[in-house]
Amino acid sequence: MTKKKYLFQEKLIEVVLVLFASISILTTIGIVFSLLFETMIFFSEVSIFEFFTSIRWAPVFDPPSFGVLPLITGTLLIAILSSLVSLPLGLGTAIFLSEFASSKVRKVIKPIIELLAGIPSIVYGFFALTFITPLLRSFLPNTDIFNALSASIAVGIMTLPMVASLSEDAMMSVPNSIRQGAYALGSTKLEVAIHVIVPAAFSGIASSFVLAISRAIGETMIVAIAAGQTPSMSLNPLGSIQTMTGFMVNMALGDIQQGSIEFKTVFAVGSVLFVITLIMNLFAKYVIAKNREVY
Amino acid sequence: MTVKVKVENLNFYYGDFQALKNINIEIHENKITALIGPSGCGKSTFIKTIDRMYDLIEDTRADGHILFDEMDILKSDVDVVELRKRIGMVFQKPNPFPKSISENVLYAVKRHGDVNKVAFNEIVENSLRKASLWDEVKSKLHQSAFSLSGGQQQRLCIARTLATKPEVILMDEPTSALDPIATSKIEELLQELKKEYTVIIVTHSMQQAARISDYTGFFLNGELIEFGNTKDIFTNPKDKRTEDYITGRYG
Repeated sequence: MTKKKYLFQEKLIEVVLVLFASISILTTIGIVFSLLFETMIFFSEVSIFEFFTSIRWAPVFDPPSFGVLPLITGTLLIAILSSLVSLPLGLGTAIFLSEFASSKVRKVIKPIIELLAGIPSIVYGFFALTFITPLLRSFLPNTDIFNALSASIAVGIMTLPMVASLSEDAMMSVPNSIRQGAYALGSTKLEVAIHVIVPAAFSGIASSFVLAISRAIGETMIVAIAAGQTPSMSLNPLGSIQTMTGFMVNMALGDIQQGSIEFKTVFAVGSVLFVITLIMNLFAKYVIAKNREVY
Repeated sequence: MTVKVKVENLNFYYGDFQALKNINIEIHENKITALIGPSGCGKSTFIKTIDRMYDLIEDTRADGHILFDEMDILKSDVDVVELRKRIGMVFQKPNPFPKSISENVLYAVKRHGDVNKVAFNEIVENSLRKASLWDEVKSKLHQSAFSLSGGQQQRLCIARTLATKPEVILMDEPTSALDPIATSKIEELLQELKKEYTVIIVTHSMQQAARISDYTGFFLNGELIEFGNTKDIFTNPKDKRTEDYITGRYG
């Protein structure tokens, strides 16, 4: 092959690859643009002050009320309660797999846990509604049919494999020499795990936490099915609530007119959701950069 | 002279592979015992049996006896956590924890409790002084251990081991990753340490063994070929294979 031809091929491949990379960038720009565009129109009709201070969300009522706070608290309630399930259980699983399990046990358990991550979220939604909720109601009779706790448990189970798998990867990447150093000083497995490996893998563990929380904030099907459709500032986990995503999917499924104010609320709420997850991701990047250990 | 560790008929296996064959050796208290031999001869495996570090490797087993004072280390009911506090180990590559310098020294002390916080500063200073590192780090005890040079990191690892007040210190080629100046500092340090501790050091450098040790053992293919006074081994080896090795015919 001549040198010229070789150089041409190199160039061609580079151009094609740049094209591939630019697709995701253009898509992101497109999404942000369409969100912001509709959101600006929304705020020309609804006061931004009302949007962020009113505590009543009833966009399709007459008279309508556009206070997004109940949706934000609903979302945060799901994020917090699901984190109480996914973070400790996920980290515990990771510690077991990385520090306690033999390689044989690990080879069996890890794929099973990762299988959980492959289950579609709608399946978790029905699991919450038809299994977790009746179970909760059997010993907490005051629980609503649609409630935040049941959905949170399902979201927590769904995000657990992400925490477990990413945290385990982070812990496994701590060099064995450090582990041996700790054992040689007379440490038990638990001491090595808690006082050496977890701190050394902190940046990876923290990023898995943030990803799981982000995922919980953005989760749609489970909360749409199991958490209810009642925008509420109440932080009672046994009551029905509505999240930002839950509201958006409801509106999208309903027969609202394109261009109507109800339609635009979807974009306004979407923008809030976007900003919240963006902040979470930036925060994760900051935590990772600050705590990264280079071996 | 007191025997600190007495090894009798020790065999060691990685799966089906026999890495140590019928080892018998006596380690004397407050002396430096050097173990030499070509790569893969079993010298590193041997010191891993003394603090049961091989427990961490799957599919390994040892038989025979290793008497540490009166206790047989190889018995299954030995508390290895307790054992490893009494027998410390320094590794080939410096392996400080990703923590501050003082936290590295205090790691084991904090885990093993029963020391009050007032004593912490004293332990940090004493341990670092014994490892001849104090003067170099006293102004930056709260900086990351990774900010130190390789030689300093290795002395920090020694300090970290000293903080547990071990009786025996095992060293697995502790200077192989270090430059000559850092190496000579560690060698000087060893002469100080042997006043209080019993040291067993694996080294690939015969010159180092000759310089620093009181006793030397020569390993070859999992067997202890010859063991005795360092002076005798290097000037008047009894076994032909030892002579070949120290005169540089293989290795």
